[in-house]
Amino acid sequence: MVKEIERAGLPVVHVCTIVPISLTVGANRIVPAVAIPYPLGDPSRTMSEEKEIRRHLVEKALKALQTEVSEQTVFTD
Amino acid sequence: MSYRIVHYINQFYAGIGGEEKADVAPEVREGVVGPGMALKAALGSEAEIVATVVCGDSYFASNIEKATAGILEMMKKYKPDAVIAGPAFNAGRYGTACGGVCEAVVKNLNIPAVSGMFPENPGVEMYKKSFYIVETPDSAAGMRAAVPAMAKLVLKLLRGEKIGTPAEEGYIERGIRKNKFYDKLAAERAVDMFTAKLKGEPFVTEYPMPVFDRVAPNPAVKDMKNAVIALVTSGGICPKGNPDHIEASSASKFGEYDITSVMDLTAEAYCTAHGGYDATYADQDADRVLPVDVLRDMEKEGVFKKLHNKFYTTVGNGTAVASAKKFATEIASRLKADGVTAVILTST
Repeated sequence: MVKEIERAGLPVVHVCTIVPISLTVGANRIVPAVAIPYPLGDPSRTMSEEKEIRRHLVEKALKALQTEVSEQTVFTD
Repeated sequence: MSYRIVHYINQFYAGIGGEEKADVAPEVREGVVGPGMALKAALGSEAEIVATVVCGDSYFASNIEKATAGILEMMKKYKPDAVIAGPAFNAGRYGTACGGVCEAVVKNLNIPAVSGMFPENPGVEMYKKSFYIVETPDSAAGMRAAVPAMAKLVLKLLRGEKIGTPAEEGYIERGIRKNKFYDKLAAERAVDMFTAKLKGEPFVTEYPMPVFDRVAPNPAVKDMKNAVIALVTSGGICPKGNPDHIEASSASKFGEYDITSVMDLTAEAYCTAHGGYDATYADQDADRVLPVDVLRDMEKEGVFKKLHNKFYTTVGNGTAVASAKKFATEIASRLKADGVTAVILTST
């Protein structure tokens, strides 16, 4: 799906847990997420801590969208 | 003396549980477990499954290096002559785990490894060059066909017999080229193929070209302050009750949902339709998969201009690549028509 959205001309960032799969399917901007059932959260934390984690990931995603890349890039911290 | 085989399976096939148990750490059991029974029958007296290593699919996917190392240590103790993993059919995480384990076995233990997967399983693209993956149907309904084919191939490898072409042996092409002698000259064979093609008759190429489907990255967003950001997910988030009946696996459709004035995805209003991961956490708070709450905050702060008023969702669980492609093409054209600048796509 990521690849088809990219093909259509829209910059896209893939926020996902299993980075090797994302690389295999051909995503260009990849932000590694927390875990499979809660990529942008962490139920072991409080709601406000979770929201901070989520905010951090979304900020990373937006930063990835604003970064020129020439090949598949994984945006880690 | 019969050959010693260690079998690798996931928590589901070991009878531990479904998605709610997908985070169990690796463990080893003596003898056969689950699909090992059928495998044992297919192997006959020539080989014995001495142990079965079980690992949760999510555990493996989230701890690839640690899990692989641990599993390898467990296997070593049983002095295997070969390892069989799966079959994983079209289960993505399971296929990735089977692939990772088999690759490590071949590289570190120097013994053959065989798995079985549906060709669209992401584990195939990732690991087909490293070891033999028998082609299977997309679901466990194909177990009866998969098991004998895997057993046959592993026995051949153990005996050191020559392995034939992918078509002859039933494994997925590994991208290995072998020299072969023909009675007919290459020029004659080429002309034969050409004339067959002209007549519309079937012919088989001797050199299939690899298919590379890569899309170059689009330029970065330059003016985020004026950007419209859209959310798309393969994590199945949808209004509570799943009004469009998006399937829990092998989705045949995607949903488009209006989030005008929705500031937060609450448990009362949203859930997930996805059947391939433990839905507990997404059902409690769908923002954990589709971060609407945070994006609304940032929209208010003026980080970007607008969160697009619709989000798009489907279930990426055994869904055919062709379907996903079709959904995304349609979604992208709607997003473009609506003036969206960039997309955040989340996957579970």
